Amino acid sequence: MATPNIPLWEVFIRSRNGLAHKHVGSLHATDATLALQAARDIYTRRGEGLSIWVVPSNAITASDPTEKGMMFEPAESKIYRHPTFYDVPEEVGHM
Amino acid sequence: MYTQALNSSDNDDRHVEDAARAAQFQARIDADERIEPNDWMPAAYRKTLTRQISQHAHSEIVGMLPEGNWITRAPTLRRKAALLAKVQDECGHGLYLYAAAETLGSSREELVDAMLAGKAKYSSIFNYPTLTWADIGTIGWLVDGAAIMNQIPLCRCSYGPYARAMIRVCKEESFHQRQGFEIMLTLCRGTEDQKAMAQNALDRWWWPVLMMFGPPDQVSQHSDTSTKWKIKRFSNDELRQKFVDATVPQAQFLGLTIPDLGMKQNANGNWEYSPIDWEEFKQVLAGNGPCNRERLAARRKAHDDGAWVREAAMAYAEKRKSRQMAQAAE
Repeated sequence: MATPNIPLWEVFIRSRNGLAHKHVGSLHATDATLALQAARDIYTRRGEGLSIWVVPSNAITASDPTEKGMMFEPAESKIYRHPTFYDVPEEVGHM
Repeated sequence: MYTQALNSSDNDDRHVEDAARAAQFQARIDADERIEPNDWMPAAYRKTLTRQISQHAHSEIVGMLPEGNWITRAPTLRRKAALLAKVQDECGHGLYLYAAAETLGSSREELVDAMLAGKAKYSSIFNYPTLTWADIGTIGWLVDGAAIMNQIPLCRCSYGPYARAMIRVCKEESFHQRQGFEIMLTLCRGTEDQKAMAQNALDRWWWPVLMMFGPPDQVSQHSDTSTKWKIKRFSNDELRQKFVDATVPQAQFLGLTIPDLGMKQNANGNWEYSPIDWEEFKQVLAGNGPCNRERLAARRKAHDDGAWVREAAMAYAEKRKSRQMAQAAE
């Protein structure tokens, strides 16, 4: 009864004009054409989207969650990148 | 609920884990953080979730059968279109859930094969037959109603992919319950015979629906760890009570009688129901319900009949790939 494994795809949908494609889930399909059709049937039965991307899951390179400390440390230690780091006198008003 | 077999005993695989990591993991759960696929997790957490999510997926897929039974016999085109859409949704729910289960490391093929081999369970409720059109109304109203009761807390489950799948499922499920209630309302406002058909369906489905929530709290074996891990946020009995309290007024509105003459409202406003026949539940889970064999046979046939489609699609993809590679080499 063993079945050969059918490739996995990640599905991204643009829900409205002007918005970015957002990851909504994954599915199995043998090729890109079938992946798009399956994505249409599985993820957009109620007008959820204007555009779909499907990407082979094995084409995605991801950061390692166990190294997130080291990975994102440069952002956390540089509070001077945020506008709230700087004092502007109240008299100056909104800036 | 859709994962009742989790309530059967399973104490064989408590691995001794790295205590520090386990403590860290529990601290994340206690802080209401979501666990994601690549995060460290105890082996038992992974195993429990793989079983729970895949059983839930199998239930969605097998759940298409009792309703599919009535697609060609729906009384009007409107009802037929709605039922088709609902059955298609159940298939979609199954697929979201298989995808969530796969993030824990088992392939969909393995999960499906386990179900077809009879090793993995699905909800006991789908082993009951749909004898009349009123059964379709009752399934939407009560079976989907019970499922919603169970699934709303799962939207906050500690495992990210499962919680996200549940959010999509819950959004779609409310249409299912309303279309079922509407069928019941139409029958109850119809002829004497139609109303009797609605009552008969309620009589047959009421107790099996209460069993969907699983064994009473005293004997449910998986609840403690599942609660600690925030997979489960309410106990079986709590959810069952919520469901009964929500359903009694709806039955009254329909003018139907819940087949439990001993039922009464207590001082807190909760409806107290009579003892449930857990022997029937055990029998159905053990494979001896009215339709267990038929359901499994139907799933196996569908899987076998579809084999050539899967093989052809794979062969076509291979052919295209090798042709592209040959062209690129020229």
